[in-house]
Amino acid sequence: MLKTKVDISYLKKLAREMRKKILIMTHEVNSGHPGGSMSLVEIMLSLYFYKIKYDTTNPLWDERDRVIISKGHATPVVYLTLAKAGFFDENDLMKGFRRFGSVFQGHVYTGVPGIEFNTGSLGQGLSAGIGIALSSRYKKKDFNVYVILGDGEIQEGSIWEAAMFASHHKIDNLCAIIDYNKIQENGFVNEILSIEPLKDRWESFGWNYIEIDGHNFEQIFEALDAFTSSKGQGKPTVIVANTIKGKGVSFMEYNHTYHGRALNKEELEKALQELEGEK
Amino acid sequence: MQPKPTRDGFGEELVSLGYENEKIIVFSADLEDSVRSEYFKFKFPERFYNVGIAEQNMVGIAAGLAKEGFITFVTSFAVFLTNRAYDFIRISVCYNNFNVKLCASHAGVTVGEDGATAQSLEDIAIMAVLPNMRVVCPVDYLEAKKITRFITNEYGPFYMRLSRAPYPIITSETDKFEFGKGKIFMEGEDLTIISYGITVSESLKAAEELKKDGISARVINMSTIKPFDEQLVLDSAEKTGAILVVEEHEITNGLGSMIARFLSTKKPVPMEFIAVNDVFGVSGKPYELLEHFGLDYKNIYNVSKKLLKRKKSNSSHKKNNQ
Repeated sequence: MLKTKVDISYLKKLAREMRKKILIMTHEVNSGHPGGSMSLVEIMLSLYFYKIKYDTTNPLWDERDRVIISKGHATPVVYLTLAKAGFFDENDLMKGFRRFGSVFQGHVYTGVPGIEFNTGSLGQGLSAGIGIALSSRYKKKDFNVYVILGDGEIQEGSIWEAAMFASHHKIDNLCAIIDYNKIQENGFVNEILSIEPLKDRWESFGWNYIEIDGHNFEQIFEALDAFTSSKGQGKPTVIVANTIKGKGVSFMEYNHTYHGRALNKEELEKALQELEGEK
Repeated sequence: MQPKPTRDGFGEELVSLGYENEKIIVFSADLEDSVRSEYFKFKFPERFYNVGIAEQNMVGIAAGLAKEGFITFVTSFAVFLTNRAYDFIRISVCYNNFNVKLCASHAGVTVGEDGATAQSLEDIAIMAVLPNMRVVCPVDYLEAKKITRFITNEYGPFYMRLSRAPYPIITSETDKFEFGKGKIFMEGEDLTIISYGITVSESLKAAEELKKDGISARVINMSTIKPFDEQLVLDSAEKTGAILVVEEHEITNGLGSMIARFLSTKKPVPMEFIAVNDVFGVSGKPYELLEHFGLDYKNIYNVSKKLLKRKKSNSSHKKNNQ
């Protein structure tokens, strides 16, 4: 059962609108990473509209939950979610994204209210998340740390250094969420370098393992609640969210070329039409 | 006072600081015995982590804790800390500008018998190039204590280079460490020898030898390498007209390169450089290796003479052209 009532139909509406904006904002600067942003929409919305504690008037409130975006290229969806949550004006984002003189840097940047940690080189966020999670012990504060990882990203060895450390030190206020959209820059993750079997790997590293449909709000909410209920057991949690890269636009889905490429005008019109028709 | 490794000064001072400041948290990638961060571990086990042999994760966790207001020290050998964790140092520490102190021992060829893989000769170059990073190298055990205290109380990323080999004690308890300032350890007029770490002692010995030939050398301890003391370098170029930089580091992109770049636009004077010349280290006894790589006082003496010849011929050229 869900702890709080959230209007899922409203979130679905937001999700559709954000997908359009992801495509528009990347199109306008002819750069950015639309594919892996489209796959994260429901996960980001669930964190900020269902699960985590934060105060937009005081982004550094010490009781807040911390979200680390380890796949730092997912700025379109991340910045849009923060705007929807009220950290800043969405118009500023749409005008400034990836442009000279703006805080809305190409990869997540702490100059943007709500961003906790600069990333952009894959494989660093989980270690940072561990350090932040450990700080709660010294501060005697009860906050949670969420780290958003890409699926290809866990090919980085440092992720497994961090995975070992987190379970060894019983860091149970840490939740890694893997955006398992199956695609990395040059093709299918499991054809380039298989990350499977994910369940066996994470469980053998001492983590709670939860696997869900990362586009289904109910499943995401339940997984996030299962994480917080597991606190006290001394185990970190990983949520593997099965998602679709480029979700919502037929020609983008499962197509690796849209990992780091914006749509051209023609593609954009077609994509927006598709998203408009989506129920 | 008997010679002591600078790592000892670091390890001892960190314990004193641990009593004074609860925000200090110390990390090691399984080398706390060698780097002397184990002194802290023994006193404050709840604020110490041996992360295992995983330097990247160590630096990343330290950055995360620093973000939350803690002062984190990461300790290892210079080769492992700077090379293996480089990308984490670049992004998680420097780009974020978090309060992480990288303290690495076993720098330079004076590591000795372990040979090339353990002898860090690139660390100054790759640390100094990073925005927000400041680079320091204590000249002896006493200065190591003072620098450890300074970097603890000064916000932001620091790289401190420490030694395994005992260094002669050439400062006193009452000397002050001033960040960003070089110190004249011997005054002179004919040339200036600038160095950091163990080679400062060798430079002083060389200067004593030069005195016997009637040559007076100014010798500077440049324990702040980034930002180095530009004012003092400029003053030395103006007053002595010749600069020799001696460093236990690769010749490319060390302090010598930085000073040459600076002087080339402000006050070009004849310069010479003594450093490791684009080769890896080898096994041997520390002093044997200093001699092998020309970092000992005899070679500093010889190169000083060569530099003075260039200085003289330069000034006679100038006269002839007038």
